[in-house]
Amino acid sequence: MTSSPVPSETSSKSMPQWLEPIALLAPAGIWLGLLLVIPTLLIFQLSLVPGIRPGEVVNPSGLDNYLQIFQPVVIRPATATAPAVMDFVYLKVIWRSLSFAIGTTFMCLLLGFPVAYFIAITAPKNWRNLLLVGFVLPLWTSSLLRSYAWITILRPTGVLNNVLTTVGLPTLDILNRPPAVYIGMTYSLLPYMVLILYASLEKLDKRLLEAAADLGATPIQAFWKVTIPQVFPGVAAGSLLVFITSIGDFIDPELLGGASSMTLARLIYNQFLGASQNWGFGSALSMIIILAVSISIGLLLKYGDRSSANL
Amino acid sequence: MTITKPTRFSFPWQALFTLLMFGFMYLPIAVLTVYSFNESPYSAGWTGFTLKWYGKFFADERIIAALRTSLIVALCAVAIAAVIGTLMAVGLSRYRFPGKGIYQGVAYLPLIIPDIAIAVSTLVFLAAVAIPWSGGLIQLSLGTIVAAHVVFCISYVALVVSTRLTNIDPHLEEAALDLGATPFQAFTQVLLPELTPAIVSGCILAFVLSLDDFLIASFTAGGGANTLPMEIFSRIRTGVKPDINALSVILISASGFLFVVAEYFRYQSEQKRLQ
Repeated sequence: MTSSPVPSETSSKSMPQWLEPIALLAPAGIWLGLLLVIPTLLIFQLSLVPGIRPGEVVNPSGLDNYLQIFQPVVIRPATATAPAVMDFVYLKVIWRSLSFAIGTTFMCLLLGFPVAYFIAITAPKNWRNLLLVGFVLPLWTSSLLRSYAWITILRPTGVLNNVLTTVGLPTLDILNRPPAVYIGMTYSLLPYMVLILYASLEKLDKRLLEAAADLGATPIQAFWKVTIPQVFPGVAAGSLLVFITSIGDFIDPELLGGASSMTLARLIYNQFLGASQNWGFGSALSMIIILAVSISIGLLLKYGDRSSANL
Repeated sequence: MTITKPTRFSFPWQALFTLLMFGFMYLPIAVLTVYSFNESPYSAGWTGFTLKWYGKFFADERIIAALRTSLIVALCAVAIAAVIGTLMAVGLSRYRFPGKGIYQGVAYLPLIIPDIAIAVSTLVFLAAVAIPWSGGLIQLSLGTIVAAHVVFCISYVALVVSTRLTNIDPHLEEAALDLGATPFQAFTQVLLPELTPAIVSGCILAFVLSLDDFLIASFTAGGGANTLPMEIFSRIRTGVKPDINALSVILISASGFLFVVAEYFRYQSEQKRLQ
């Protein structure tokens, strides 16, 4: 790695030796330091400050913004006679984000594994690249327009209900409800899952499968005892990557989920660009997302496939 | 074909399932394309062929202006990131230094950290530090979007370039130095030509992601700029509009074209590796 160029006769004309690493690494270092590292430290600091403006009165405990997440919110009743209700709104938002992310990961694994298996193992060798490229091509479309397309399909007078009516089935009303969010998120993340599982399945040692068959294993036994242990790092990497991406997803819940699908990312958005702003609380919620992602990255590095984690 | 091997699952159901999933992946694109030519603006049924939505799109000055803003942002961000990201990838492949692990971790963090977290921290930094310290010289505008986009563009360019770097023969550059080239000449005349396909491929990836970004742009734009995703978002919020279908088809075709170009350069890069 340290193959720094041997100083040649002409090097007196060029820049001094120590300048080269600085010239190569400093520009990115300064840019990332200013616009990524300092900002992240700053929102951590801001998350400890209650109230909107930083630098005012700092609460001694400093954890008010975090404690607010665990406190119930009094919901004003719609009619004057009904009693006010206490509701753990923020905990429910975190729970909903987690269940969207876990559900999406599960769906991507369920749908993605057979596709990756077919492309990597069953399909003829010269089709593989074409199939893989063809499958991930929709990733290159705008994420907003993908959600917009699903609105066109799922809305009450949309394509899906048109088809259902034609066939004679009852119509479905899933737009602005959680099922639409699951569909949108699964659609957006399935290609990533297939890419990572493919990378893992492609390296599968097929001689082991043949050996298992020779020793009398049924295909099902061989699959669970030979294939799955070998591709486990790929499965772990794909699942964690999908989980991380979906826990911070804003566009799908916002455009497809309606009011019933408030997630962490939407709540954070509202704290900064919404009607009732609270930067300190928003920063605390951001720190929670960063924490969740950091834990997942830790797991990814521990259990995941290093090479496919680079995707 | 080897499909009759007893250890493998049977061919047909897997092929059928994969076909079904291909249908799932292309259904939204097909729907948008069909509706962009549909006469009726709101009904889900087919009422006749028309090109009027495309005409409406090209006559829509707000959309065209937003598209221009997005292209300027993406081109500036990618141009800066191409230089900085390539230098960084070369530097990281060449030197060992204390804190390298942290440097690398930070450099590739934007690949994985959610956009919302980057958007929030950049806005807080700009509003609480950069704007007050510069005495109002820095304002939320097109420039701040570019600065924020450079951050994730660096990661994508460096990722693609560093993959290529691991496959380049290090002796090539040493040979150039032995033959009397200055380190600068060795870099520009030996290493850079080898890296060009990877740089282009990384730039296209970063360009597409910059064009697609909604969250970071809307947090760092202030009132100063309106990018295409921001314009599309506000239109989708107000309901289904047929001219968005036309816009989608144009954008999808453009990004499909870019994908083919990127794949071509990646292929070139692979061919060089095999030589």
